[in-house]
Amino acid sequence: MITLGKALNHGLRRALEDDPKVVIMGEDVGKLGGVFRITDGLQKDFGENRVIDTPLAEAGIVGTAVGLAIRGFRPVCEIQFDGFVFPAYNQIVAQVAKMHYRSKGKLRLPITIRIPYGGGIGAVEHHSESPEAYFAHTPGLKVVTCSNPVDAYTMIQQAIASDDPVIFFEPKRRYWEKGEVDLDAPLSGAFPLHSARVVRPGGDATLLAYGPMVRVALDAASAAAEDGRELEVIDVRSLSPIDYPVIFESVRRTGRAVVVHEAPGNVGLGAEIAARITEECFYSLEAPVLRVTGYDIPYPAARIEEEYLPDLDRVLDAVDRSFGW
Amino acid sequence: MDQHGAADGFVQLLNPEGDHVDSVTGPDGVTYAVDFTDDEYRGLYQDMVTVRRLDAEGVALQRQGELGLWASLLGQEAAQVGSGRALQPQDMAFPTYREHGVLYCRGIDPIMPFGLFRGVDQGGWDPNEFKFNQYTIVIGSQTLHATGYAMGVTMEGRTGSDDGEAVIAYFGDGASSQGEVNEAFVWSGVFNAPVVFFCQNNQYAISAAAERQTRVPLFRRAGGYGFPGIRVDGNDVLASYAVTRAALDHARHGQGPKLIEAYTYRMGAHTSSDDPTRYRMAGEVEAWKAKDPISRLKAFLVKQRIAGDDFFAQVEDDARKAALDLRERVLAMPDRQPVELFDHVYPTGSPELDAQRRWFTGYHASFDSTDG
Ligand SMILES: Cc1ncc(C[n+]2csc(CCOP(=O)(O)OP(=O)(O)O)c2C)c(N)n1
Ligand SMILES: [Mg+2]
Repeated sequence: MITLGKALNHGLRRALEDDPKVVIMGEDVGKLGGVFRITDGLQKDFGENRVIDTPLAEAGIVGTAVGLAIRGFRPVCEIQFDGFVFPAYNQIVAQVAKMHYRSKGKLRLPITIRIPYGGGIGAVEHHSESPEAYFAHTPGLKVVTCSNPVDAYTMIQQAIASDDPVIFFEPKRRYWEKGEVDLDAPLSGAFPLHSARVVRPGGDATLLAYGPMVRVALDAASAAAEDGRELEVIDVRSLSPIDYPVIFESVRRTGRAVVVHEAPGNVGLGAEIAARITEECFYSLEAPVLRVTGYDIPYPAARIEEEYLPDLDRVLDAVDRSFGW
Repeated sequence: MDQHGAADGFVQLLNPEGDHVDSVTGPDGVTYAVDFTDDEYRGLYQDMVTVRRLDAEGVALQRQGELGLWASLLGQEAAQVGSGRALQPQDMAFPTYREHGVLYCRGIDPIMPFGLFRGVDQGGWDPNEFKFNQYTIVIGSQTLHATGYAMGVTMEGRTGSDDGEAVIAYFGDGASSQGEVNEAFVWSGVFNAPVVFFCQNNQYAISAAAERQTRVPLFRRAGGYGFPGIRVDGNDVLASYAVTRAALDHARHGQGPKLIEAYTYRMGAHTSSDDPTRYRMAGEVEAWKAKDPISRLKAFLVKQRIAGDDFFAQVEDDARKAALDLRERVLAMPDRQPVELFDHVYPTGSPELDAQRRWFTGYHASFDSTDG
């Protein structure tokens, strides 16, 4: 059994072993092993040229990664916390996302940008945000997030191996969750990076969640089962592109869908997913697609954050509302 | 002279042994001196002991689970008290998240930042009331805010005399790498803004040693942006005061920005979440202990017969009482009501948010009725 954080560490190690062009760069990733220890021991084993402690400048981290990628490297950038990605936002949105398009396909930027995200760890401001929609909205970027150690291990390797720029969101409050991971499993034949996965089957309603909220959705499904309701839980995993066929197939069977995420609801992933379900599954729906999300406020102070975060009760409340339609 | 700084010379009035010189001319040609009364010397000592003791209370409260986080200023008392005491009442300060000592010198209740670190709020004070901006956690952003504020001071014609206004922007060695900080240098230079950039080079940005941010001493960067830079012994409260005072006066007289690099050392962990044994040697910390800002002022006060044992005991006792009082008040801080989540998102409100607030209230009430 290893933690999600350790699984990422193993995945990064394997990526460094498999491809000499892979370099890890970020603040405190070397000597310290990252503030969450995700890169623990990697600089010691691969050297300062492969695991680079950068100056304190996020635009620099991503901007130089672009140059390294043009030169044929495969950079893996770490942004220390969600709230600190914005100095790099210009580079990500204006440069990383568009380079392939502008070069008529001649350039590929196989950059992975790792971002620990989400709340629930009692942190001060700027350390608990869920900015995934900003990136999913940007054509040219792929956006994924893992929810468990097995996916963490494979998805980080797949993201690095991908020729697309990938924003890789890590659910920081799940870093310590443990699971059985086969570290020798070959990457080829692994569950595809951009596929959604049914993580609990059920026929009565579909819960769609990703990252830190998958655990909440699973707990809600267990609780609902005690009341005789079988909820299907889908781990969306890839936020851009979204694996809609899996979602549509489920919703056509259940007729009800609830999307759960921590980020504010307004113009969030849930809005897009709800719109697409409505467009594609209209005649199968027994109720409107509902969303359980963070409120449309800045992420609140730690001692009040539990009131903000979607929890089991709020998910079940939405399920009740769906059935009450 | 300190051997770290010696290569590039820093302004020092008080050495680690407590020997002092009346004045020193810096490499910038400016003569730096202080003319404190004995009372004022004792006051600086009291300030430093008090802010160290209050800071220790922050560390302790965090360890006991009463704070989510604490960013300790241990080792940086002279830089903060020296610069903080150099501020005039009309001056405006833009802190990072570590300037509890400057906050104290502004005459602000030391409990003010504890809401942020306890997690009951995100600061919540009025920067204009205290002439002390909100703490800024995103590294470097406040340097641009300080620059803009200073541009406003100029636009309103509030520079050019002894009672003109000046602005001070605090930041760290790590922050010096941020694009925003470098933009602040550009802007303040171009607009001749009355702002003092006060960089506490405490040798680390979490685990990254200062050499990871720069190949030249940080104060020299100023030259490239067209304004003067000076390095000061940041563990010397007298020099920190003198250099800051001169830079603020330079600014308030409309002569533009200056960069001060206060050469100091972060004696503790980066924050309560950090484990510095992973990236620095105990010997290094020991070497800096010998340059402690408080012991050197104490040695000076003793040598000069400005203060004796009674005074020192009284200061310790007062500081202990202040810390106890702080602790009690932190523990008594009221938690916020859940519905306050929705307050202060917009000055003019939003119907959409009002609807969410109503839903939230109803949702909570539904629990109350089923529980009761
Ligand atoms: C934009 C941004 N990136 C990263 C961080 C995380 N972080 C917090 S403090 C810190 C180091 C700051 O070092 P320095 O500027 O030297 O100030 P010090 O903490 O030493 O006072 C880092 C990287 C942040 N707060 N903001
Ligand atoms: Mg520093």
